[in-house]
Amino acid sequence: MNADTHVDHHDSHADEPAHGSLRSYLTGFFLSVVLTVIPFWLVMGDVLSSKQATALVIMAFAVVQIIVHMIFFLHMNPRSENGWTLMALLFTLVLVGITLSGSLWVMYHLNANMVLDPGMSQMP
Amino acid sequence: MSATDTMTTSAASGGQPRVFHVEDEHHAEGGSTMLGFWLYLMSDCLIFAMLFAAYGVLGGNYAAGPSPKDLFDLPLVAINTTMLLLSSITYGFAMLTMERGRVGATQGWLVVTALFGIAFVSIELSEFSHLIHDGAGPQRSAFLSSFFTLVGTHGLHVTFGLIWMVTLMVQVARHGLVTANRRRLMCLSLFWHFLDVIWIGVFTFVYLMGFLR
Repeated sequence: MNADTHVDHHDSHADEPAHGSLRSYLTGFFLSVVLTVIPFWLVMGDVLSSKQATALVIMAFAVVQIIVHMIFFLHMNPRSENGWTLMALLFTLVLVGITLSGSLWVMYHLNANMVLDPGMSQMP
Repeated sequence: MSATDTMTTSAASGGQPRVFHVEDEHHAEGGSTMLGFWLYLMSDCLIFAMLFAAYGVLGGNYAAGPSPKDLFDLPLVAINTTMLLLSSITYGFAMLTMERGRVGATQGWLVVTALFGIAFVSIELSEFSHLIHDGAGPQRSAFLSSFFTLVGTHGLHVTFGLIWMVTLMVQVARHGLVTANRRRLMCLSLFWHFLDVIWIGVFTFVYLMGFLR
């Protein structure tokens, strides 16, 4: 039992950055609530007249909220695991960016350049 | 510790890089688990990226069927989002009480987290059954196929997270907060918070943007 607790101690201090404090969790929670409520309010209350502007604003809120979650809940920082977690995250984000923007871009142009027979679009 | 220091310095001053990193080579069992689990989460993130891309491409193809505006119930989505967000913070509390080694409090917070998770999955399943009942099942249009695949995959992840959570509650009850259980709880913590991050994408990209279309 004694040896066990000793190991626990050693471990928790070696991986220090993986844990948050009550303060950081509550800060993250508060920010998340604000960043969730505003987009829902914008869409449900039909606040902005332009749909395009609303879409851009709620996407910006989503990006900020994802960053908030990464920092306060997932405890991302440049030091954890000698920076390898951040490295893996950045690599993944590059791949996700290529996948999403590439797919949407290519398929948008494919649709835009497709000349349909007017009768075709009426087919079930 | 001091012996190691002198060993390293004497080796360095002698210009013979032979015995290095004596201390670094010693890793506790499971020392690289967290990094490995993080890499798994990143690959999971890529799965979701593919599903988001598929939804982005197919999301406008209604096949003369219902559109997001006809189907989505935003207040219900708001409740669902609240459930997942609350479960995130309560899991955070479970981690904090685990740090202090309080078994009972940790178990209590895990139970609260699991209840919020169950509420989330139940609301989602009732939403799905409503849609299918109204004839808006996954076979109705490309939009609904990609919608059910994306949101269903997320729901499946939450379900497996719940099974994992119950398993860990049994483990903690039987063995206490030993090193292995702490490590497992930390992995599940990453998994759970990661699912909340994915949900931010889902409610923004699928539900809110769908309502704007």
